[in-house]
Amino acid sequence: MCGKFVSTKEKKTMAQTVLHTANTRGAADHGWLKSFHSFSFAGYYNPDRIHFGALRVLNDDFVTGGMGFGEHPHDNMEIISIPLEGELQHKDSLGNTATIKAGEIQVMSAGTGVYHSEYNPDAKSPAKFLQIWVFPNKRNVEPRYDQITIDRDTRNEFVQVLSPNADDAGVWIYQDAWFNMGRFDANTSKTYQLHKEGNGAYIFVLSGSLRVAGQELNTRDGFGISEIDQFEISASTDAEFLIMEVPMKF
Amino acid sequence: MTNILIVCANEPIAATIARLIDKMEDWRASVALSLNEAMENCYAKTFEVILIGSGITQAQEDVLKLHLEKLKTNSVVVKHYGGGSGLLYAEIYQALAER
Repeated sequence: MCGKFVSTKEKKTMAQTVLHTANTRGAADHGWLKSFHSFSFAGYYNPDRIHFGALRVLNDDFVTGGMGFGEHPHDNMEIISIPLEGELQHKDSLGNTATIKAGEIQVMSAGTGVYHSEYNPDAKSPAKFLQIWVFPNKRNVEPRYDQITIDRDTRNEFVQVLSPNADDAGVWIYQDAWFNMGRFDANTSKTYQLHKEGNGAYIFVLSGSLRVAGQELNTRDGFGISEIDQFEISASTDAEFLIMEVPMKF
Repeated sequence: MTNILIVCANEPIAATIARLIDKMEDWRASVALSLNEAMENCYAKTFEVILIGSGITQAQEDVLKLHLEKLKTNSVVVKHYGGGSGLLYAEIYQALAER
């Protein structure tokens, strides 16, 4: 992490920031699966990149047509998948069978333990998706699964896709986290207000170029910012991005 | 050899974690499915790392830590998250770096 002065309406604040440019991510190529890891995952270990607060995993996955993750277990983790292209067929030990496609978000609270598989049912086209893991604020909960459609049409606004509240927009998880997606036209600026004191935000650029709190970001760059209550996001080009707001201490 | 104890009430997940640990040349896994089994294991053997998996409460973890203090081992106790290979190796590397 490094310090960065950020001007807000009220004051000039010394924010803590961390930059992970796309080409510095860990990479794994299993043939059927190509994955880029923003944080240490499986065989990729970088002690300087373990987590950003409660955000532990951000994998940018590419699954070849007709292939996928066979049945495997998870416990005590909030697991969020956001397909970017193509489809994934989901099956789990809770009895859920579903297909999730671009424009949807899937969440699994693994709790005491759940088995699942995720396959790309389209033999001809790859599936691209983000796999995100957030540390839960409660261990050993009853496992649960959900998926919903998200609004990908709204432009130049933050669109909430996840929160801690079951009755709020998007899916919910066992953590004081809020995720927002944005599709901004070039030269659009907006201020993001953090929901909770002690939270930080990790911004991941899906496409285009952004300036976040003065930091220039390009496609697939990640940028974490904390110890601040709000910050400015400006699109340098048409851009799509995900903001993951999470507690820094959990 | 690095001995690692997995304390996890979910038997299939404990077995998965043990298999992943045993894949590593210098690591050897043992499994305890309950607090009592964990305490017995710690009497019999010294573990460099103890992973607390699913189904083990904070109170049980605290009892185990007290037990380890009495045994004067310098085992590092860490919570395991994820139930598979995703975070496992980083958790163990970090625990070993703490020793």
